[in-house]
Amino acid sequence: MGAQTRVYKRRIKSITSTKKITKAMEMIAASRIIKAQRQVAASTPYATELTRAVTAVATGSNNRHPLTTEAENPTRAAVLLITSDRGLAGGYSSNAIKAAEALTARLTAEGKEVDSYVVGRKGVAYYGFRDRKVTDSWTGFTDSPQYADAKMVAAPLIEAVSQDTAEGGVDELHIVFTEFVSMMTQNALDDRLLPLSLDRAGEGTEDEGKGHEIMPLFDFEPSAEDVLDALLPRYVESRIYNALLQSAASEHAARRRAMKSATDNAEDLIKSLTRLANQARQADITQEISEIVGGANALADANAGSD
Amino acid sequence: MAAELHVELVAADRNVWSGEATLVVARTTSGDIGVMPGHQPLLGVLESGPVTIRTTDGGTVVAAVHGGFISFADNKLSLLAEIVELADEIDVARAERALERAKSDTDAAAERRAEVRLVAATGKH
Repeated sequence: MGAQTRVYKRRIKSITSTKKITKAMEMIAASRIIKAQRQVAASTPYATELTRAVTAVATGSNNRHPLTTEAENPTRAAVLLITSDRGLAGGYSSNAIKAAEALTARLTAEGKEVDSYVVGRKGVAYYGFRDRKVTDSWTGFTDSPQYADAKMVAAPLIEAVSQDTAEGGVDELHIVFTEFVSMMTQNALDDRLLPLSLDRAGEGTEDEGKGHEIMPLFDFEPSAEDVLDALLPRYVESRIYNALLQSAASEHAARRRAMKSATDNAEDLIKSLTRLANQARQADITQEISEIVGGANALADANAGSD
Repeated sequence: MAAELHVELVAADRNVWSGEATLVVARTTSGDIGVMPGHQPLLGVLESGPVTIRTTDGGTVVAAVHGGFISFADNKLSLLAEIVELADEIDVARAERALERAKSDTDAAAERRAEVRLVAATGKH
């Protein structure tokens, strides 16, 4: 076997094993998307009911709660960024980071100080490498987040929001995550959780003009303030939980797509390398034949001369 | 049609139970409250406690609810909680062990949780 052929064979072998790995990762990611999607669906009833309740209290009572009213001069905002723990998911984490950077720039331009909270090792590494200040960060659960994880993330954020701005609290709470639209489409987007913008809190209230979805007058038990006090932290937790779940589904979808294109590329590469290897082998054979023929001719000529 | 109300018992990560009922009893921070069809719109904060749902077919569903909310409007009642366990899902032996442990650790919250589970599972109110 010629040297050239051997080199091609070796490269084909290594690409074949890479292809096996990417193919396996693609299939694992595909099976996890289904699970993650199911989790998103399972968490939806709670989120919808909670949103409806928050809207009911916020519209039905006249009291001004610090968590629903906009500060006159917001000076500090918290941004929660959700990325993944692991790589090999295409542009998933970097898209989310880019969205967070854009949001941070926008908030800074509005004259607000930004506190960053980061979920996922990729985001932590990004901020760490650039020596940016991260107020708090969490890693280790982005694959399949549980409600307890969302609670853990939400706790310091809720505390920061309820604190006075002068004492290190924040006026606004933003979240950057990757929305799971479909298997093929995921969007990194930012969303303001608090203060509550009521049109967002009750997406159904847009229909109010059409005569339905009018909020009934609720009887609050024990009182509207207490209900709102208890509701809002749960609301934030549930929104964060939902964002974590959607991000997890998006991560798997992004990884599946990235691994699919990696597998496709490996296939293309193997195909073209096989062609080259065949060519080289053919060239070797041709050369060998011409060497034999040439040798035989030379021998015959020499024999004819000696006769 | 007999008066009935639609109940959704929802935990943070799943829909636990839904169906028609004639009476729902839950414990709010200011005491037990019973909701029957046609109740005035209500929004309340729940305490850790058992929730009893009397279904239209005469059955009873009991669940242990740990914190959360009750909201009622338009004959639709929703019970939201981070943790909801139906009575038949509760492992009594495990709850008893948890209760013992909580008592020895003097962890009031865990003790309360275990007690609520036991009350819901054994039906002793």
